[in-house]
Amino acid sequence: MPKDHGIGAPQKRREDIRFLTGRGVYTDDMALHGQTAAVFVRSTVAHGRIKAINTAKAAAMPGVLAIFTGEDFKDVGGNPAGWLINSRDGTPMREPKRPVLAHGKVRHVGDAYAVVVAETLSQAKDAAEQLAEDSVIEELPAIVDMKAAVADPSNRVHDEIPDNLCFDWGWIEDNRAAVDAAMKAAPHVVTLNLVNNRLVPNAMEPRASIGEYFPGTGDYKLTTTSQNPHLTRLLVAAFVLGIPENKLTVVAPDVGGGFGSKIYHYGEEALVLAAAKKLGRPVRWTAERSESFLTDAHGRDHVTKIELGCTKDGQILAIRTETLANVGAYLSNFSTATPTFLHGTLMAGPYKVPHVYVNVKTVFTNTAPVDAYRGAGRPEATFSLERVIDKMCRELGLDPFEVRRKNLLTPDQFPYTTPVGLVYDTGNYQATLDRAMAMADVAGFEKRAAESKSRGKLRGMGLSTWIEACGIAPSHLVGILGSRVGLYDAATVRVNATGNLSVMVGAHSHGQGHETVFAQIVADKLGIPETSVEIVHGDTSKIPFGMGSYGSRSLAVCGVAVTKAIDKIVAKGKKIAAHMLEASEGDITFEDGKFSVAGTDKAKTFGEIAFSAYVPHNYPLETLEPGLEETAFYDPANFTYPAGAYICEVEVDEGTGKVDVVAFHCADDFGNVMNPMVVEGQVHGGVGQGIGQALCEFTTYDENGQLLTGSYMDYPMPRAEDVPFYNVDYSCQTPCTHNPLGVKGCGEAGAIGSPPAVVNAVIDALHRGGHTHVTHIDMPVSPSRVWQAVNG
Amino acid sequence: MHNFDFAKPSTIADAAKALAADGAQALSGGQTLIPTMKQRLAAPATLVSLTGIAEMRGVCTGDGGLHIGAATPHAVVAKEARAHYPALANLAGGIGDPSVRSRGTIGGSIANNDPAACYPSAVLASGATVVTNKRKIAADDYFQGLFSTALEEGEFVTSVVFPIPQKAAYVKFNQPASRFALTGVFVAKFANGVRVGVTGAGNDGVFRWAEAERALSADFSAAALSGLSVDPSGMIADLHGSATYRANLVKVLTTRAVAAAG
Ligand SMILES: Cc1cc2nc3c(=O)[nH]c(=O)nc-3n(C[C@H](O)[C@H](O)[C@H](O)COP(=O)(O)OP(=O)(O)OC[C@H]3O[C@@H](n4cnc5c(N)ncnc54)[C@H](O)[C@@H]3O)c2cc1C
Repeated sequence: MPKDHGIGAPQKRREDIRFLTGRGVYTDDMALHGQTAAVFVRSTVAHGRIKAINTAKAAAMPGVLAIFTGEDFKDVGGNPAGWLINSRDGTPMREPKRPVLAHGKVRHVGDAYAVVVAETLSQAKDAAEQLAEDSVIEELPAIVDMKAAVADPSNRVHDEIPDNLCFDWGWIEDNRAAVDAAMKAAPHVVTLNLVNNRLVPNAMEPRASIGEYFPGTGDYKLTTTSQNPHLTRLLVAAFVLGIPENKLTVVAPDVGGGFGSKIYHYGEEALVLAAAKKLGRPVRWTAERSESFLTDAHGRDHVTKIELGCTKDGQILAIRTETLANVGAYLSNFSTATPTFLHGTLMAGPYKVPHVYVNVKTVFTNTAPVDAYRGAGRPEATFSLERVIDKMCRELGLDPFEVRRKNLLTPDQFPYTTPVGLVYDTGNYQATLDRAMAMADVAGFEKRAAESKSRGKLRGMGLSTWIEACGIAPSHLVGILGSRVGLYDAATVRVNATGNLSVMVGAHSHGQGHETVFAQIVADKLGIPETSVEIVHGDTSKIPFGMGSYGSRSLAVCGVAVTKAIDKIVAKGKKIAAHMLEASEGDITFEDGKFSVAGTDKAKTFGEIAFSAYVPHNYPLETLEPGLEETAFYDPANFTYPAGAYICEVEVDEGTGKVDVVAFHCADDFGNVMNPMVVEGQVHGGVGQGIGQALCEFTTYDENGQLLTGSYMDYPMPRAEDVPFYNVDYSCQTPCTHNPLGVKGCGEAGAIGSPPAVVNAVIDALHRGGHTHVTHIDMPVSPSRVWQAVNG
Repeated sequence: MHNFDFAKPSTIADAAKALAADGAQALSGGQTLIPTMKQRLAAPATLVSLTGIAEMRGVCTGDGGLHIGAATPHAVVAKEARAHYPALANLAGGIGDPSVRSRGTIGGSIANNDPAACYPSAVLASGATVVTNKRKIAADDYFQGLFSTALEEGEFVTSVVFPIPQKAAYVKFNQPASRFALTGVFVAKFANGVRVGVTGAGNDGVFRWAEAERALSADFSAAALSGLSVDPSGMIADLHGSATYRANLVKVLTTRAVAAAG
């Protein structure tokens, strides 16, 4: 019997009632008295020098209230990078200023260099068109290709950075010589050159921001599409505009998806606040879809060479990678962490590999900034590794399942320190591999392949055994690695007088289901109904200072903070019960929502304790404070390490090159599962995005830096017809050893583990069809690429 | 979007009058025109809606075959043409998504003549007649290259008359993003020969594949196409496929259309 409430119950998501009935309240839904509209004037060239912005005509147009240009913000701060990375030689990364509005130069198509605020949106648009016409921008040669960018010192995205290189990172530099030697000595070396395709996040809700200023108090309010309201407040207030933090409230109401792109602070947010102050009126901006394509932080975009040294029977001896990672025109907040500590540290995978060395050069280009996107660095690592292992199997004629099994860490090897700096606390990778193989009926594959063949299709099967590090992150560790923020989280549990609860959390739900799952945990721990628990998030004036949602951290970090706060509530409740029941605190037990004196039938319900806390008529005030409200901050001791095995089956149409994913099996180890339905939903979504990356999505800039895939006419999103019915299993559970819930995180797994399984399956199908010259196809493995690979 | 005036005439004559005015433009389903206006790439002074004209809506059989009013939405064609011309109904049912099919019209589609649109291949392969407020135009004369047709200033499509073939099929291969036709082939077999209309592939828009028509007119079978090949030099090359890839698709899809037509 599945549980019907509390931890582990497959509760339907309470937030879906409002989302599915159109009653969500998103930033753009808010209408404010006296509101004005902002329209940004964006560069149409990828690289250019701003010669003049003649504002006179636009300023005189109907309804125009204000015009701002980069000049107005040249003396305020820039939007900083959150991680300082050092190059191999110890020098710090190059960190150009990222201004509110471009000043001096524009650096990518879509880079905003001016803004018009007007009474109505269409007046602002008219004036913005005029302003664009009256701006003189001298076009410079665009820097698009990463290899060319680092090779040509004469053309610079930022004039002060000669080789367009942000940093040249080695991980772990001290191991480099040993890895080189191991590679040299290896009986066989497999080399794979690959591209991890650049993706546009495409959240359903585009970015939107409303700035307000209250002259009576000097307070500011920013309503914005954020995954991370406190970080946005810190960045806007302290780094960019110099507003006292306590004078700015940031509210991220319902947010329609983020996938990483809404973690970061963007210039539009600072702009609407500055404009609201100047005008004394609310200023609003909502991105059009084409602005989203041009200006949301993109994901991935790595060009990698991976080498794998092994024995002839497939024992991995060494791994070495060289990667060029695109950061685009400016450093977005996590852009320097994503290709480094979220990527290089995972390059050993779930395997026992003695020698690993990762080199990443991050490169500035005249393209949109690139940052963390669902999985963030870990999909790139997993793809490189799982593809090169697959190639090894083909080169040596080995069975991919057996080769994985031979190299996987075994349960007795935990905790295991990898050669790339992580300590895996626990896992059982054989178990997930076995489970996936059983689910996929690997033995029955030949029969299915024959059936496909009878319909003229080539069938292939692909495997990926993946691991990731999430529950981001232990502050002590990330501090050593260059993070400029702490990555703890926080929760406040407020028990109201009538016994129901408001739980204020630092995590932000933008589709994940926190409102449901956190309530299940609270209710379970306190023995009260879930309907008595309200989860409050997204408003810095209500919640404790938390760090938002990304990196599959909400449950593993914030969820743990919630349980810690609950522990404090129970402890305080025991104090109150001891007083009410005239017993000693040590004799009070708490179970099923009741505080009892051990060994007696004397008890008080949770509700009675709550009421008494707020009606403390006879409290011994020297020893017992009124009220029942507790806050906990939780900083994890380690990352968490979900892992799993994914098996994909595809059919390839040789005539057209089209690939259909006909089966997808996921055996995941997420540790303990709080709500299986939410876990399944997260895996479905993640695998869907992974299939999107593997088969459909790509982002192309031409040599002039124009985005060719700037709308849904050319940017292929995966659709329902592109994904199969997923077969998802999470029964292999090795609970996380360092958090009390034993949870690991499931939000990104699907997007991390699935792309190599898909591509491996395609290569398998082609080989079975006799096209053995095809050793790799870069993603997306689109129909034309498959056909070209076979026939080219 | 810029401001515009709106007219909704109920007769062809009134529509013609309204469209003669300066800056007037026909509006049917708006699936192409409205997004263009939203992006401020078009700014007509007056939109003249054609969807209120009863004689321009609906599907019926009559002289010369199946008559489809120009203002008939794809979804209606998908349903009502099925009994008479299933291949055409299938084509209409495969355009876009339900909301596009509920609003977009055959008249709007062939007036726009997008090189990746589906209908033009059927019109051409069926040897249909495009009827306007002024005249009748044979399909072979109507399509004149990318986004270009024989329609003159102030002239609009009122209906399309499709001769009904003995056998026919449309096979569409989706462009992965827009899901328009990356290439689509309509094969129609009539008593006096076979016509093959190809969309999505040609640099000059929809075209007839004459070689295949000759081969299939002699022998209506997939095997009849095996020796043929398509010259990539006239094919579209873009982000989603090279010219050689499209040339291959033309042949593969034609073969499959013949098989599907039975
Ligand atoms: C998401 C999406 C997916 C689509 N997928 C496909 C697809 O798979 N295959 C496909 O073929 N098409 C597809 N389309 C296009 C769709 O079929 C449109 O309906 C068609 O392009 C235009 O028809 P409309 O009635 O909407 O015309 P409108 O947008 O109203 O008008 C288009 C143009 O034609 C003119 N016009 C309209 N009616 C007439 C007339 N009777 N006489 C003369 N001129 C006229 C207008 O002035 C305008 O210039 C898609 C569209 C969208 C938005």
